[in-house]
Amino acid sequence: MGDADSTEILRAPHVLEFPYARSVGPVIGAFLTALRDGKILGARSASGVVVPPTEYDPVTGADVGELTEVGPGGVVTTWSWAETPRRDQPLDRPFAWALVRLDGADTAMLHAVDAGTPEAMSSGMRVTARFRPASERQGHIRDIECFEPAGRAG
Amino acid sequence: MSGAGTLTDAGGTGEGPVTSVATPIRVEYQYTAGLAQSRFLKGIAEGKFLGQRCPKCHKVYVPPRGSCPTDGVATTDEVELGNTGTVTTYCVVNVPFQGQSIEIPYICAQILMDGANLAFMGLIQEIPADQVRMGLRVEAVWVDRDELGPNMASVKYFRPSGEPDAAYETFVEYL
Repeated sequence: MGDADSTEILRAPHVLEFPYARSVGPVIGAFLTALRDGKILGARSASGVVVPPTEYDPVTGADVGELTEVGPGGVVTTWSWAETPRRDQPLDRPFAWALVRLDGADTAMLHAVDAGTPEAMSSGMRVTARFRPASERQGHIRDIECFEPAGRAG
Repeated sequence: MSGAGTLTDAGGTGEGPVTSVATPIRVEYQYTAGLAQSRFLKGIAEGKFLGQRCPKCHKVYVPPRGSCPTDGVATTDEVELGNTGTVTTYCVVNVPFQGQSIEIPYICAQILMDGANLAFMGLIQEIPADQVRMGLRVEAVWVDRDELGPNMASVKYFRPSGEPDAAYETFVEYL
């Protein structure tokens, strides 16, 4: 095999990329369209108001009913601290991933909470959605920039 | 936020219902070749195929992985192979896809280099796709000497060597 010690181990950068576009369907489509308008929609079902809305009742599989506006305030049901955000995550500073049950909703939605420190986070705390400016909204979950502790100035 | 975007019925103007979202997946990583493959790639950069032989079963692996998958022992002997080999099996690529750089139809073949006991994949050119066959004898065509590097782009493709086809019995155990 030759002189192993003299063999430099080669390394090279690799990039793997799939430029997917995903069709969203009528219900998620309406949810995203409403986000662009600065509103959060849920779907009425026998299981309660589902947010983000699904096309089917998650318990019975029946069609959901009408869409209804929820939030923008809500309650953190559980959370996890992200001390070192990765590229493309919602915030470029430490933040919490949290399940947020919006006012008027019966399910919780995953999003980021801009709390500054983990000490500022607790299950049961009230948060409110911080939308991007209307001119930047595109009909995407990131039209909600993040959630922030309710009552915070600014 | 980079890469995230939305397509709408109105063509992205921000009007009309949202029907689609861009969901790009991107993975960036460092590939580490390891000792055996690094030696192989340095051989490629010099215009030669280097394999490794198992001390137990004496099979020659190219590209080498540093060990014999049958015997589970390190492959200790380095073997320089020639420039010719045999097409064991192949596939005709007829489907265009994003990023394709070769005119279709083209042939991806498993090529068993002379003296090797493992076939690897290579592109076949300089022969019409419908004339490629199992047993076809081929030779590697390299890039110009000053363009050689430690990567498989150094081998432009394989082309018929002009030798008579190899007998099926000579490569049947490599299919």
